[in-house]
Amino acid sequence: MSGHSTYIPKSGIEKWLDSRLPIIRLAHDSFVDFPTPRNLNYWWTFGAILSFMLAVMIVSGIVLAMHYTPNTALAFGSVEHIMRDVNYGWLIRFIHANGASMFFLAVYIHIFRGMYYGSYKAPREVLWILGVLIFLLMMATAFLGYTLPWGQMSFWGATVITNLFSAIPLVGEQLHTWLLGGFSVDNAALNRFFSLHYLLPFVIAGVVVLHIWALHVPGNGNPLGINVKGPQDTVPFHPYYTVKDVFALSIFLLFYMGIVFYKPEFFGNPDNAIPANPLVTPAHIVPEWYLLPFYAILRSIPDKLAGVLAMFGSIAILFVLPWLDTSKVRSGRFRPLFQIFFWLLLIDTIVLGYVGGNPPEEPLLTVGRIATFWYFLHFLIILPVLGLIEKPKKLPESIAAAVLPKGAMAASVKP
Amino acid sequence: MAEAHSDDVTRRDFLYVATGSFAAVGAGFAAWPFVHQMNPAANVLAMATTEVDLTPIEKGQSIKVLWQGKVVFVRHRTEEEITAARAVPLDELKDKKAENPSLKPDAPATDENRAIKPEWLVVIGVCTHLGCIPLTNEGEYKGWFCPCHGSVYDTSGRIRKGPAPENLHVPPYAYKSDTTILIG
Repeated sequence: MSGHSTYIPKSGIEKWLDSRLPIIRLAHDSFVDFPTPRNLNYWWTFGAILSFMLAVMIVSGIVLAMHYTPNTALAFGSVEHIMRDVNYGWLIRFIHANGASMFFLAVYIHIFRGMYYGSYKAPREVLWILGVLIFLLMMATAFLGYTLPWGQMSFWGATVITNLFSAIPLVGEQLHTWLLGGFSVDNAALNRFFSLHYLLPFVIAGVVVLHIWALHVPGNGNPLGINVKGPQDTVPFHPYYTVKDVFALSIFLLFYMGIVFYKPEFFGNPDNAIPANPLVTPAHIVPEWYLLPFYAILRSIPDKLAGVLAMFGSIAILFVLPWLDTSKVRSGRFRPLFQIFFWLLLIDTIVLGYVGGNPPEEPLLTVGRIATFWYFLHFLIILPVLGLIEKPKKLPESIAAAVLPKGAMAASVKP
Repeated sequence: MAEAHSDDVTRRDFLYVATGSFAAVGAGFAAWPFVHQMNPAANVLAMATTEVDLTPIEKGQSIKVLWQGKVVFVRHRTEEEITAARAVPLDELKDKKAENPSLKPDAPATDENRAIKPEWLVVIGVCTHLGCIPLTNEGEYKGWFCPCHGSVYDTSGRIRKGPAPENLHVPPYAYKSDTTILIG
């Protein structure tokens, strides 16, 4: 909860700075002494993991930009130059490319955590909306970044996705031409995609600041979904959650670095090792794995405009999730019926991902259509109805009552 | 459990220091690639040497080659130019150092110290004043003359008049054969 500051500047310099720009106070109040629910589990560590990944992507990206050339004649070669000539260029490239996959893995876990524990419910609606906005910006950034190596998949993925804009009635064609700066994906597009790819991560960083601010107003949610009732329900963020976050980050990094050093091409599409050729379309155009569910939704609808609307709709629907879920109970822990549908949604998105990665032929085409239908059914029908008809389990009295042994209720918060 | 007074070093202190050092070393290892990537890449290092074929250069002629992005004069000196260079007493020179990285830093600026074989003078063609490329066979000593601010160099590339503080620098070079040199 945002209460009054407990920071006391000790040295002369601290006092001098605090009276002019209380930035140490802000850092102390937000990340040192911030009262955090004492029952957070490891699903709550992904926010810190995501912040770390954003920093990794920005640093590795800026360094790559020192060696990359955003011109159609030189781009592919400059990436090879990075891989072969630049000191540790191969490492930094693999860190950046695989970092994107890890970034999305973490963000999907973070989103599903939010959906299970009702983190999007009042008073955290704006927090959730900012998060969906960050997700949207991440997808745009990833798409733009993937075009830069100028391989076959870069070029044709760019062609397919920018063609979507021509589906818009009346202004579609003009919009398409304006976006590309030409009549097809070519140098004008590549150059501006590089500029925007460099820009958006900093926009993301700004929205992340708002996201953390919006979190700190009501304070963190927790697995029980019940409000903090007093200091006995919380512990200071440092050292308890700084250490928990660092530990979780180490495990995450172990996995990430395992991929970077031992299987760096695992997520890569071999077609992107072929320089872009506008005359030859690859047999199977697919985006990276983290965009596959949305790709499946796009392809499941036979009409061009409807498919585009369904794809954007599947993300837009997330913005209004706080209002679609009618349950008064926040956490899925106490909602047995909801839990079933939560797992069904998770399976559904994985099925959609699988469908998206394969050619749109039977039987997967029908499977994809059913999965698309189920996705929208979950949000538009199941969630609203569930809150009205389900019988939730009994909520505990308080966080402290649920986690402390009987008789230990008097224990106060120890710094 | 032994009790620890507040000023004794505890196991916790040891753990903190050990973990902190480990993390610091790890951070150093992680940071190094990001620092080292800005050092010259393999293709730049490959361009670090320039080979020059001396056969087409006639006596009295001087050519310019590029080495590490800089101009290098390769001058096929005449007998008069060599004699004139070797006749200069050292105390007449503004810069008494040879400016030759293959020798000790305080080696004197004798013509012998500036050219491996006397008929071939190889010097970096960048005026030591503010970096212009001097004009060959110009100036009072018929060495070089820098038109930017009037520096005058002799037939050994040494500064004689004008604002330049140092002799034209000799690059590291060696004879691959009688007719080829490798600069760098």
